[in-house]
Amino acid sequence: MTIPGNPIKKSTYFLSVALFFIMLIGIIGGIYFATLQIDYVWRWYRVPQYFVFQDKMEVKSEIQGEVSSIRASGEKTFITIKDSNQETTYSVTDGTLLVDEGNMVYPGDTLAFQKKWKAGILMQGLWLTLEVSFIAIIFGIVIGLFAGLARISSNPALKWSAITYIELIRGSPLLVQIFIWYFVLGTLINTILAKYGMWQVPPLWFGVASLAMFTGAYVAEIVRAGIQSIHRGQSEASRSLGMTYVQSMIHVILPQAFRRIIPPLAGQFISMIKDSSLLGIIAIRELSKATREVVTTSLQPFELWFVCAILYLVLTFSFSMFLQYIERRTLSQ
Amino acid sequence: MIHVENLSKTFFVPHKVKALDNVSVHINAGEVVVVIGPSGSGKSTFLRCLNQLEVANSGKILIDGIDLMHPKTNINKMRAEVGMVFQSFNLFPHKTVLENITLAQLTVRKRTKTDAHDKAMRLLEKVGITDKAKVYPDQLSGGQQQRVAIARALAMDPKIMLFDEPTSALDPEMIGEVLDVMKTLAREGMTMVVVTHEMGFAREVADRVIFMDQGAILETGTPEHFFTNPENERTKLFLSQIL
Repeated sequence: MTIPGNPIKKSTYFLSVALFFIMLIGIIGGIYFATLQIDYVWRWYRVPQYFVFQDKMEVKSEIQGEVSSIRASGEKTFITIKDSNQETTYSVTDGTLLVDEGNMVYPGDTLAFQKKWKAGILMQGLWLTLEVSFIAIIFGIVIGLFAGLARISSNPALKWSAITYIELIRGSPLLVQIFIWYFVLGTLINTILAKYGMWQVPPLWFGVASLAMFTGAYVAEIVRAGIQSIHRGQSEASRSLGMTYVQSMIHVILPQAFRRIIPPLAGQFISMIKDSSLLGIIAIRELSKATREVVTTSLQPFELWFVCAILYLVLTFSFSMFLQYIERRTLSQ
Repeated sequence: MIHVENLSKTFFVPHKVKALDNVSVHINAGEVVVVIGPSGSGKSTFLRCLNQLEVANSGKILIDGIDLMHPKTNINKMRAEVGMVFQSFNLFPHKTVLENITLAQLTVRKRTKTDAHDKAMRLLEKVGITDKAKVYPDQLSGGQQQRVAIARALAMDPKIMLFDEPTSALDPEMIGEVLDVMKTLAREGMTMVVVTHEMGFAREVADRVIFMDQGAILETGTPEHFFTNPENERTKLFLSQIL
């Protein structure tokens, strides 16, 4: 929004736009020039393999015998091996054959190399970040909704628990909370489970729990503010019709509050997607940890960290677009 | 129908105020009682106590013999019997006019959708806005909104209707349409307690007028008594200022 009564001149406008792009190009060019000074070699072509790569898989014979026939049909090739009493057929998709008809093969011999597309480490990291964030958002909403309702309850047990929870979580760093979840609670739970010979909780769960609890506290405050922003007359009107507290919340207050809390909620979840990068420290290979690993093997840190940042940007940007869409839809009813 | 005994209420925020000071009133079924008084006299507080939106510190309120302030009384059940109309309408902005009127019928009275819908349409006809059933409240004028609010309260088939300055937030040309609906209700024998500054309405419809100031009832009587020869000095002063 421009300030009214202060129209910008057309020439000034274009000059400013030009200035913006000059600045942008200047910064990028400056960084590039600086990397040349330290003899950094940019190898962008090395990046795509960490997203998807073609794995070479060997197709091995399990029996001893003679290659009796090789048939090609479309992309697939069928190799049939025959011994004295049985026949086995292997199929190879888009590969290179190492045997010919009539060859003798023994168990363990490689018949062909087959190419297969596989998700690279960055793709897996991106997927894990998405998964962790998604689960933490769902739990964060549930925890936040109940904590927010408890926060405004007149029952001191509920109210004080909610205040304690919110203040504890908001008053300490997420990094410390992740450590507590993993090294304190995690150790306790898994040691006790091990004592009774039971299944162990994987680190991923503790990571998700720490994020969900962390987000829940902020969501609780957003929910509280959203509910309190609804005019008192709304609850008075619904209660005066004989509706219970719960009915009034479900049918009248929360639907109205929901619309108002979407924008702050979006901001909270976007910062949570970014905070999930901290989970790398408890051996969860999300996007940042994946990038760190790729950097140590590829030795191309500049490209990869930029790629990592852009991937987070893609996640957060598409998420905020999605929420804007929801917001528009609820506003237009 | 309504029996109020020694009702007292003190507000401590923002400062100590006696909003109700030993108020005792008896209202019969079918009676229309208009409560008047200067602002801050406790008339709204009194009205809001009658459906427990405000809880008094001491005293007794009996509606149909049931003690409202007894802890075992199901207050939601009682509120369904006492309709309330607010100064600021308080329609549900996220629901259509029709949904505003059917919501409590479905959730509180547990009526079927068809029954609730039929009832809502009949009431909309009664308040004269059948053509607006499908629109949202913000597309209605103030007068129309208040008439929907009255229909919403009536949908619960209340025994008593409370009106809290129903015309104070309206543009002057819309006051008439709301008062007309209220007059119809009064003629049909509804028990009504109305807090208002509309002296014309009080004179025409009220069976009894109550004058309140500083949380206490100073004078009560028929409209003729009030508008021809009020006794209390404070009442005289108030009436001379507004008439």
